[in-house]
Amino acid sequence: MNSSTTEKLAPWLFTIAIFVIWEAACHIFQVNASILQPPSAAFAAMARHWKTFAYHSYVTLWVTMVGFALAVGFGILLGLIVGWSRTIYRGLYPVMVGFNTIPKVAIVPLLILWFGIGEVPAIITAFLISFFPIVVNVATGLATTEPELEDVMRALGAGKLDIMLKVGIPRALPYLFGSLKVAITLAFVGTIVSETVGANAGLGYLISNEGANFRMANVYAALLLLAFEGVLMYALFAWVEQYFTRWAFRSQMSAAG
Amino acid sequence: MEAFVDINGVTLKYRGASGDVLALQDTTLKVRRGEFAAVVGPSGCGKSTLMRLVTGLHKPTAGTVTIEGREVKGPVKIAGMAFQNSNLLPWRKVIDNVLLPLEIVQPHRSQFRAKKAEFRARAEKLLETVGLKGFGDRYPWELSGGMQQRVSLCRSLIHEPALLMLDEPFAALDAFTREELWCVLRDLWQKLRFTVILVTHDLREAAFLADNIYVMSARPGHIVQVKPVDFPRPRDLQVTYDKGFADIVHELRAKIAQVRIG
Repeated sequence: MNSSTTEKLAPWLFTIAIFVIWEAACHIFQVNASILQPPSAAFAAMARHWKTFAYHSYVTLWVTMVGFALAVGFGILLGLIVGWSRTIYRGLYPVMVGFNTIPKVAIVPLLILWFGIGEVPAIITAFLISFFPIVVNVATGLATTEPELEDVMRALGAGKLDIMLKVGIPRALPYLFGSLKVAITLAFVGTIVSETVGANAGLGYLISNEGANFRMANVYAALLLLAFEGVLMYALFAWVEQYFTRWAFRSQMSAAG
Repeated sequence: MEAFVDINGVTLKYRGASGDVLALQDTTLKVRRGEFAAVVGPSGCGKSTLMRLVTGLHKPTAGTVTIEGREVKGPVKIAGMAFQNSNLLPWRKVIDNVLLPLEIVQPHRSQFRAKKAEFRARAEKLLETVGLKGFGDRYPWELSGGMQQRVSLCRSLIHEPALLMLDEPFAALDAFTREELWCVLRDLWQKLRFTVILVTHDLREAAFLADNIYVMSARPGHIVQVKPVDFPRPRDLQVTYDKGFADIVHELRAKIAQVRIG
């Protein structure tokens, strides 16, 4: 096996190794099942109640994706506005930082009060928690346009919109795609927080409900599924990033080498 | 004789981090059409500010900048610019980088779609003149620093500007590549006959390329000497080893050493 295949297999090998160690530790140290379940118990629970798990996984996934999609749309829009004008940037930034500082779990009760128990508060929480990194990254990408390049453009008679379209936005794309990876994982956090507090479906609901009934194998199963969804979506957006902004990776490589 | 670029008694103040900075004071400089002018001076003397003034990106605090008899009040749109950093757009192929000005400057802008093939041919021809035939489909990061700077030159010339503004365009290159690019610029200028204002701190570069060398004082900058260079053209790199050439460089060096202190 050459080193590049080893590298490709590494993520799988490490994941399997962690499960093996976890399983072995549970048996060797005879850990109390109410404290730590072995992964085999979690997988067995998944197999036993696969319909339930599939349903709740699906709810969490679509709720997260809707919230995330809103965050992408709104985040790009706000990022463009903030990156467009220094005044707006200076005006909005403290407000956004302040808003971002509020733990979203503190807002969930309000959202439930306004929209009732269900998917809507979860979508909004996912949206609220994940849009900030997108805004910041898009705005940063726009704001860091080389001043000399701007001079070249302006000396040709380019307006602000020209500079934005020809330079600013393409330049901000790697920042945007980079932020999507962060944002998607945060969106899952938002969904789960809201589902745990008040929902009647989704992995967050399942975790809190099964936990309350001491069905620990089910809790671990839900956690594993959640992690799986997170990894899947992260991988998807990492691929999207690679695909659309290859020039950014390549130019960094050539700058480094 | 009327000057093509006429900088007349220009003073420029701008607000810096620690109070007002007087970048230029009563600077007067006249460049005739088709002239190759070089501006040299100690670092921080406001050479780059001069470029921004001529292209209309800065407004003078006092005095006037006139191009072709018309006072500059906003971005001039007839100028091409190149800097020390090639500033190519990494997501665009070389040819699309060269074409960028045509997407912006009128009248090319409105014809860009219709005449795309013609414009591409023009860009490819220009790339060929700077020795980059067949590199159009590469990305900037696949090219060496010297090649990137050649592309940058092509970009600044594609819309056939009457005025080319160069701000230390070869400063980041190694000595051999730099001399190679001097010749590239010399040939382009000899062929296309635009007016050039080259800002540099390389005295040999100025003496090899320019018709007239303008020496600026330390900040606040103003022109303290105009040195005509009358080696016959076309000049060969060999000229840089002549006694006359060395004399010019020495004279300029002495002058700059003197104004740095005063």
